[in-house]
Amino acid sequence: MKKYIDTGKKDTRSGFGAGLLEAGRRDARVLALTADLKGSLKMDAFAAEFPDRFIQCGIAEANMVGVAAGLAISGKIPFIGSFAEFVTGRVYDQIRQEVSYGKANVKIASSHAGITLGEDGATHQTMEDIALMRALPEMVVINPCDFNQTKAATLAAAAYDGPVYLRFGRPSVPNFTPEDAPFEIGKAILMNEGTDVTLFATGHLVWESLLAAEALEAEGISAEVIDIATIKPLDVEAVLASVAKTGCAVVSEEHNSAGGLGELIAGVLAAAKPAPLAFVNGRDAFGQSGTPAELMKAYGLDAAHVADAARKVLSRK
Amino acid sequence: MIIFAKSPQAIAKGIDYMAQTYELKDIATQVRRDIIRMVSMAGSGHPGGSMSSTDFLTYLFFREMKQDPATWRRDGRGQDVFILSAGHTAPVYYSILSRAGYFPTSELGTLRKFGSVLQGHPSIRKGLPGVFQTSGSLGQGLSAAAGFALAKQLDGAPEYTYVMCGDGESEEGQIWEAGMFAAHHGLDHLIAMTDWNRQQIDGGVDEVGGIGDLEAKWKAFGWNVIVAPAHDFEAIAAAFSAAKQHVGKPSMILFESEMGHGVDFMAGTHKWHGKAPSADQCAEALAQLGETPLGDF
Repeated sequence: MKKYIDTGKKDTRSGFGAGLLEAGRRDARVLALTADLKGSLKMDAFAAEFPDRFIQCGIAEANMVGVAAGLAISGKIPFIGSFAEFVTGRVYDQIRQEVSYGKANVKIASSHAGITLGEDGATHQTMEDIALMRALPEMVVINPCDFNQTKAATLAAAAYDGPVYLRFGRPSVPNFTPEDAPFEIGKAILMNEGTDVTLFATGHLVWESLLAAEALEAEGISAEVIDIATIKPLDVEAVLASVAKTGCAVVSEEHNSAGGLGELIAGVLAAAKPAPLAFVNGRDAFGQSGTPAELMKAYGLDAAHVADAARKVLSRK
Repeated sequence: MIIFAKSPQAIAKGIDYMAQTYELKDIATQVRRDIIRMVSMAGSGHPGGSMSSTDFLTYLFFREMKQDPATWRRDGRGQDVFILSAGHTAPVYYSILSRAGYFPTSELGTLRKFGSVLQGHPSIRKGLPGVFQTSGSLGQGLSAAAGFALAKQLDGAPEYTYVMCGDGESEEGQIWEAGMFAAHHGLDHLIAMTDWNRQQIDGGVDEVGGIGDLEAKWKAFGWNVIVAPAHDFEAIAAAFSAAKQHVGKPSMILFESEMGHGVDFMAGTHKWHGKAPSADQCAEALAQLGETPLGDF
């Protein structure tokens, strides 16, 4: 199978910070707003280079969303950054009315998403954000898998005309996608070709799915790995084509079972051509304090669980 | 014949066409007639707050704002911006926009009807000119206005951003988040108005939400605060003038108004916040308001 090299562990939020700085250099309309989380969102370099284009909003996320909408309608390209919970659940109505229904070109930079936020515990670990954002008409939902892809996705979001929800995480994770790969919104990324089972994954679970594919290969199972970096709009064609070939799939995500990528792909397949599916996700539960690695293992969000799900779904073909 | 629609003549003359043609009191009376007829024809809607804010919004659009339906664009470039944060008072907004030449007055009769550009609350989704941002879910327009004002400040643009909030709406926490933000960023080209009619859906504002002393609150939030009577055009003019003279702080004009102003049985009560007049009540209201040279739509 195709070999991916971890070029050194990096956090995806730093990929966002690097992408934001580059986007700011490319386009003077790009602004960065945060609600007292400049450092956590890796906006320091942008703020240092473009002090007039960095807007500190204080701990008032609802207002930040509205201000960003006004800036966007005025012709700016504002990125609003905070922890995933505080730029989704806390401000859902503001995003719905001001950004989504209001067609404002706001980019929602959602860091510390999922359970890998770690030690802060369940108040800060949103596992419901993809469901919330997916439900908004026209909202683009992107969940990149590593530093390089997050940087590229940030640049793509800045260049795209319309609301974007860009989800990334806190912990350092393998950086394995090519440094110079352009990010195309709405395109699934074929990571490894296979014939027996498709492993769909998004975010941190892409690397785990690649590890699972390696383990399966040792057992003589050929796993196709597809990175669903853009959850909405979903690359339906790529999903259907892969499952038409393999006949079954595992869908993995660091998210609640409700409203996530798993249900999305299940719906697409049910409507077109049903196939056996298995799901690796946070089920219907809240997180808790712990290290990211401990939590991923405890909640069944690692390579071992992906491989196990693949073996089980293969038996149902 | 007076042409109210976006005709070439109206476009050529811009906003001065109307401003030079009619007295403010006649425009305001016609706007109130429009509100009564629109809501009555729709069978639902919000006349009370629309009528309490009619006079100062009429003054704003016909004497104060730098705006022109012929060159209107949603990004607000080269013009003043207005956001209706209290989106349920859409009838007064629609009537004024139409009377100012943004769209034909014949559209007013389609309020709240299927397929109309005049949605129950202002929307940018139906191609209605003059509307910069959607509103309806309360407490959000002041933030959006602060965003517009900040964009103009960043660009060194000289125009103003205006926003109207309700007093009941000011029970929303986000209003005060926006209040802090605008003062902190010195947005002195942001002029907010509160329609202080002291009524909301469930009763008196002080009874329902305990909003208290708005003047002291806004001063404490670092704003330039002006209290003015809402149904006196000279006082309204002075209030806007005072707001513009102030440098370094955003301005809040607290317009002390009367809910349902202009029709005796609708005035001063929360009961007309969101209720349509019957056919008889509509006729009675129109008789009290009297006809104007502008004519009904």
